[in-house]
Amino acid sequence: MIPELGQVALALALCLALAQGLLGLLGAARGEAVWMAATRSAARGQFVFVAIAFACLTASFVSNDFTVAYVATNSNSALPLHYRVAGVWGGHEGSMLLWVLMLSVWTFGVTLFSRHLPQEMVARVLGVMGLVSVGFLLFILFTSNPFVRLFPAPPDGRDLNPLLQDPGMVMHPPMLYMGYVGFSIAFAFAVAALLSGRLDAAWARWSRPWTTAAWCFLTVGIALGSGWAYYELGWGGWWFWDPVENASFMPWLIGTGLIHSLAVTEKRGAFRSWTVLLAILAFALSLLGTFLVRSGVLTSVHAFATDPTRGIFILALLVIVIGGSLLLYVWRAPKIGLGGDFEPLSRETLLLANNVIFSAAAGSVLLGTLYPLALDATGLGKLSVGPPYFEIVFTVLMTPALVLMGIGPLARWKKASLPDLASRLRWALAAAVIAALALPFAMGRWGALVALGLLLAAWVAASGFVQLYEKVRNAAGGASAWARLQSVPRATYGMLLAHFGVAVFVVGVTLVKGYESEKDVRMEPGDTVELGGYTFRFDGVRDVQGPNYVAGRAQIAVTRNGSLVTTLYPEKRIYRVQNQPMTEAAIDTGFTRDLYVSLGDAVSDTAWLVRVHHKPFIDWIWGGCLLMALGGALAASDRRYRLAARRPQEQYAAAAAR
Amino acid sequence: MKPRHKRIAMIAGGLAALGAAAAFVLAAFQENLVFFFTPTQVEAKEVPQGRAFRIGGMVVPGSIKRQADGVTVQFVVTDTAKNVPVVYKGLLPDLFREGKGVVTQGKLGGDGVFYASEVLAKHDENYMPPAAADAIKQAQSINEKATHTVVGGGK
Repeated sequence: MIPELGQVALALALCLALAQGLLGLLGAARGEAVWMAATRSAARGQFVFVAIAFACLTASFVSNDFTVAYVATNSNSALPLHYRVAGVWGGHEGSMLLWVLMLSVWTFGVTLFSRHLPQEMVARVLGVMGLVSVGFLLFILFTSNPFVRLFPAPPDGRDLNPLLQDPGMVMHPPMLYMGYVGFSIAFAFAVAALLSGRLDAAWARWSRPWTTAAWCFLTVGIALGSGWAYYELGWGGWWFWDPVENASFMPWLIGTGLIHSLAVTEKRGAFRSWTVLLAILAFALSLLGTFLVRSGVLTSVHAFATDPTRGIFILALLVIVIGGSLLLYVWRAPKIGLGGDFEPLSRETLLLANNVIFSAAAGSVLLGTLYPLALDATGLGKLSVGPPYFEIVFTVLMTPALVLMGIGPLARWKKASLPDLASRLRWALAAAVIAALALPFAMGRWGALVALGLLLAAWVAASGFVQLYEKVRNAAGGASAWARLQSVPRATYGMLLAHFGVAVFVVGVTLVKGYESEKDVRMEPGDTVELGGYTFRFDGVRDVQGPNYVAGRAQIAVTRNGSLVTTLYPEKRIYRVQNQPMTEAAIDTGFTRDLYVSLGDAVSDTAWLVRVHHKPFIDWIWGGCLLMALGGALAASDRRYRLAARRPQEQYAAAAAR
Repeated sequence: MKPRHKRIAMIAGGLAALGAAAAFVLAAFQENLVFFFTPTQVEAKEVPQGRAFRIGGMVVPGSIKRQADGVTVQFVVTDTAKNVPVVYKGLLPDLFREGKGVVTQGKLGGDGVFYASEVLAKHDENYMPPAAADAIKQAQSINEKATHTVVGGGK
């Protein structure tokens, strides 16, 4: 009964989404106030019904209803409750439903926080989001229905993929999808602006907090995915330049460009058509990411060719959404205008450089991801693009980006002066050079790449302190330092924190790449191995029972200078239902280093293969990402976006009347 | 006049920077392409010398041997037509098994042994890496053609 209820809810959601799309766009085009007002109600109704459908699927998982085909393939009665809930998005059908749920959550958010926007604009934005939702709901109902029944019902389910039975995997897809789908708002705002032909600073101010919020979720989502790969895959790597990872990284790169370009559009009215293009591209790449991961092309282009319904459907959706919006862009963008003029050295130019670099980075990732697929699909040959390609491209592209990042926030809009910048930044530069020269020695070995990484990180961080100092010095708000600190807008703190996060991230990447070490060894009980100043002693393996697996669990004592640091228990698990082996690494996390141990195969009755890693500063990578996301959250919640809301609406109304 | 010149100079500078970036990206791209070959192609010497490439196929049952250090492994990869001996030093992935599909990356030594730096086996019991499956299919279709001509001659 419950699955049928979910099915009906989905169908009703589709009707409401269609109503939302048509009422919104036609209402705005014809100036029908009643239609536009109804858009908001339709959007909320759609949210309610999608949520009901999602709840129905969750209920089927929780109650182990194996008559539902999707539950039977992705769950098992021995699976712990929290993984049964996470199993809802453990497969294709459920994750598409999660996608639509996220879209309706964002849409619902827009209906709540758009009271101050002109009605026409809201109607258009909701209309575009409604049409996107129609596409995805059709996709679910016709090609990937999670509520399909299975007759006869199997006695038990085939279990969730053991790799996904992990807390990181519980949170990773919702966060990632919140980010992907969040860019649909920036996209909807862009299309609305193209349709109305009006794009001004107020428009940028409205779409900025939404875009930044989506970017935060995407940042956290990618960081969680990377962390998951690190401790769950058992290889100690944190980023593999795998197509699945690249698929989420491309929208992030364009999204990063977009939030910077939006800043220019809001403050100076410039880069307008460029901002609109980036907004379209960010969402297009989100859709492309969904397509790449969900259509099966990545596992094999041939799988895609043998069962093309899903792939063709998403491809068609992709062509309609991206192609349609780009056509609209070509047709309407000239009306938007270019905006304010600026000098070759100005904050505008520096932000333009940021945009160009991030777009180039996204383009090179796109090339490395799609080229092998295209070649394989056309039968021209099989190849893969090695990680060194991405590594060298990012080192070279991001070096100037980081240099400019230290300068940009201090440069004046419109026209900046080089001597002025140089004098304000001289201490930051000195600090960075000293850090680059001295710190590698403290780590034990000087290397050019390590020094470069530390130079850039220290430069960004030091420049951040200069910015903070200047802001506080120039801030109004009385004599006390505390009052001055408080008078600096929250968005500025957000920017500073996010940039500081970048510095932390760069330190992490640089030191891990520069100083990590690993060893594969055969160990008998009592054997020891030395790595990074630590001694690992293997104390044998014993059998343990998990809820749905059996495991061999090793005990490894780690000592440093004779005193015990920690005891690690890596496991080799066999998940019973799918009879699938899994390496469960054991990690001792620390501020300056991780110790990472994974268990290989048994080579005799007592001897095992063991891989030990010493990873200096690796947690700074994810710490940096979290700081970036936190900075973004601060910026998005700046009160300016709420307080200033009245004023632009009046301006907008005046502009419309003119 | 002057602002226009300035703008042209800026655009020219931007285009030059973009062009340089594109040239650099493409060069790095070219350098890091890793091609895929089947054991039959390895046997026929169609593979690059001194450059890393990937081979795929099935791990021949009974071919896995560990050397005394326990970490170095030897095994044979086959596409059912030709075999390539492989040496790898390190931990093998969870799903590396005899009789299952495998893709491995490395360089071909002068002794005809493939020295692998990486062994890939995907995380799914029934999954055959597509490249490995393809290699086997190719070799089999060649075999089939050969038998057909023989059988056809007999008719």
